[in-house]
Amino acid sequence: MGATERRPSRQRLLDWRRKVTDRLATGFAVLMAILVVAPLLAVFGYLVVRGIGSLNLAFFTHLPVPVGEKGGGVANAIVGSVMILGIASIIGVPWGIGAGIYLAEYGHGKFPTLLRFTADVLNGVPSIVIGIVAYALVVLKQKHFSALSGGVALGIMMIPTITRATEEVLLLVPLSVREAAWGVGVARWRATLSVTLRTASAGVITAVMLAFARIAGETAPLLFTAFGNQFWNLNPNQPTAALPLQLFVYAISPFDEWHRLAWACALVLIVLIVGAVAAVRLVASRGMFQGA
Amino acid sequence: MRNVVEAARFPQNPQREPATAAAGGRTIPLIPAKTSRIPDFAFSAAMLACGLSLLACVVLIVIELVLQSKLSIHAFGWGFFKGTDWDPVSGDFGALPFIYGTIVSSMVALLIAIPLSIGVAVFITEMCPKPLRGTISFLTELLAAIPSVVFGLWAIFVLAPLLRAHVEPFLGTYFGWTGLFTGPPFGIGMLAAGVILAIMIVPIIASITREVLTAVPQQQREAVLALGATRWEMIRVGVLRNARTGIVGAIILGLGRALGETMAVTMVIGNTPQIAKSLFAPGYSMASVIANEFTEATGDLYLSALVEIGLGLFLVTIVVNILAGLLVWSVTRGMPARVRA
Repeated sequence: MGATERRPSRQRLLDWRRKVTDRLATGFAVLMAILVVAPLLAVFGYLVVRGIGSLNLAFFTHLPVPVGEKGGGVANAIVGSVMILGIASIIGVPWGIGAGIYLAEYGHGKFPTLLRFTADVLNGVPSIVIGIVAYALVVLKQKHFSALSGGVALGIMMIPTITRATEEVLLLVPLSVREAAWGVGVARWRATLSVTLRTASAGVITAVMLAFARIAGETAPLLFTAFGNQFWNLNPNQPTAALPLQLFVYAISPFDEWHRLAWACALVLIVLIVGAVAAVRLVASRGMFQGA
Repeated sequence: MRNVVEAARFPQNPQREPATAAAGGRTIPLIPAKTSRIPDFAFSAAMLACGLSLLACVVLIVIELVLQSKLSIHAFGWGFFKGTDWDPVSGDFGALPFIYGTIVSSMVALLIAIPLSIGVAVFITEMCPKPLRGTISFLTELLAAIPSVVFGLWAIFVLAPLLRAHVEPFLGTYFGWTGLFTGPPFGIGMLAAGVILAIMIVPIIASITREVLTAVPQQQREAVLALGATRWEMIRVGVLRNARTGIVGAIILGLGRALGETMAVTMVIGNTPQIAKSLFAPGYSMASVIANEFTEATGDLYLSALVEIGLGLFLVTIVVNILAGLLVWSVTRGMPARVRA
């Protein structure tokens, strides 16, 4: 005679119900996990299957061709993207790291808390609104669309991400490391740059790459700043093609040939971004600050 | 900044005492007296300038948005957000259809995303076998890294046909009586926008929920388990109940993201300025109308009306994000940067 069988039947029913509820909840959580991972696999699957067939040398070396012609590529968009992302990085990286240094090394009290809050607010501003602001600040002054204005928009978007992450990794550097530098008579600014920042470099690189991955696929702020271009343009003051923009134009077009190119654009973009994220993982797992 | 001030106050440090400045609970030794203070001052000033410029950025955004939308604010006043007509030709602008589209698509997204993201967060923190844990959280992170425009592409060619052929006929047959699922199944429409938004905000809600769940002290779990609770009872009583404020914060943060999302929504919402009860019907969102019509806007009033929609979007997302930030912060504050499990 087991103990359970001597229990009153109501108790047994309750035990059974608790057990079933537990199983159901577990099953629900597992199902949700599968449902979250499934679209990811579906997106990647479609990208690879439909994109890889359209990738060829012409895609990387030729200009877009008019509707009706076969072939063609997005060479100008790739170069344009590199240019816009370069401008964005020149603006966003030093600025973001500087603000991060300020918050970590000089940031005590109420005012820096306000700045942290501001960074979070800036992080939450919809990208299309940033686009409007870049339009008002640069395009209206220049009187025409340009790669520069696109770079400004994306650069502003990089700042808050880099700032907060830089602050976080700098705070992980032990105070004793700084004290060691100060102790041998190194000036504070020099200690910050050559010792603290250097010690945290893996984390800072992670932050920069994540910010880069975030803006690399941004389309909305480029719509009315960089605007797009069907031809070569290496002048940052002229309208410039960008990979995400080209992808958008191709995707909403009614032509099969352009849809094919859209999938190829998407594949290239994803490889670029996932490459950046994976590189970050590698750096983070080998560096001092795992998971930072 | 403060340390610089202190350093300036004791320039020579005559007693050769180990001068320190207590700042924010940390004791920071001052610079040796012999070093020139000018580069130090310049450096800290430059860093302060970088920090200040963040504030300047946000102020600049507000100023520019207000300046550029002045025309429309003067012309329509508050009626702008109540008007239902959007007629660029006759110069009549009302933002209500876009506000409606933004809110409805975000709500559909939240309805789908909440169970998904809480489920996956609970699975990762409480149930997942250790070796699988890293993989699943990496995959969820990866989902967040996919650009909006790629989601849009996928939604046009995979999700919309799927909805049109299978999901919408099913919903129409069995739930048509609610009035939410009536009319011809286009595939493209409010429902598609909601679904793709849900996929996009799941990683955000899930990762913050995970953070909040990890912040619940381990003793809570052990205490509940020691009372003989099953695992689910432990999660419900010991974990979720403690973390609910933070989870609400995570959900609101996801909402903030959904409201401002542009490209994917633009590509599948149908871009028709109308207010329809059925989720199958095409709609329009605030961000989409800016994306579609900004470069084609002829006339200052038209452009100004679009910027005013942007201003509205900006203000709403700011409020939503601040609210969410406060909620998450109230749960995870006092935790070190990296939460101990």
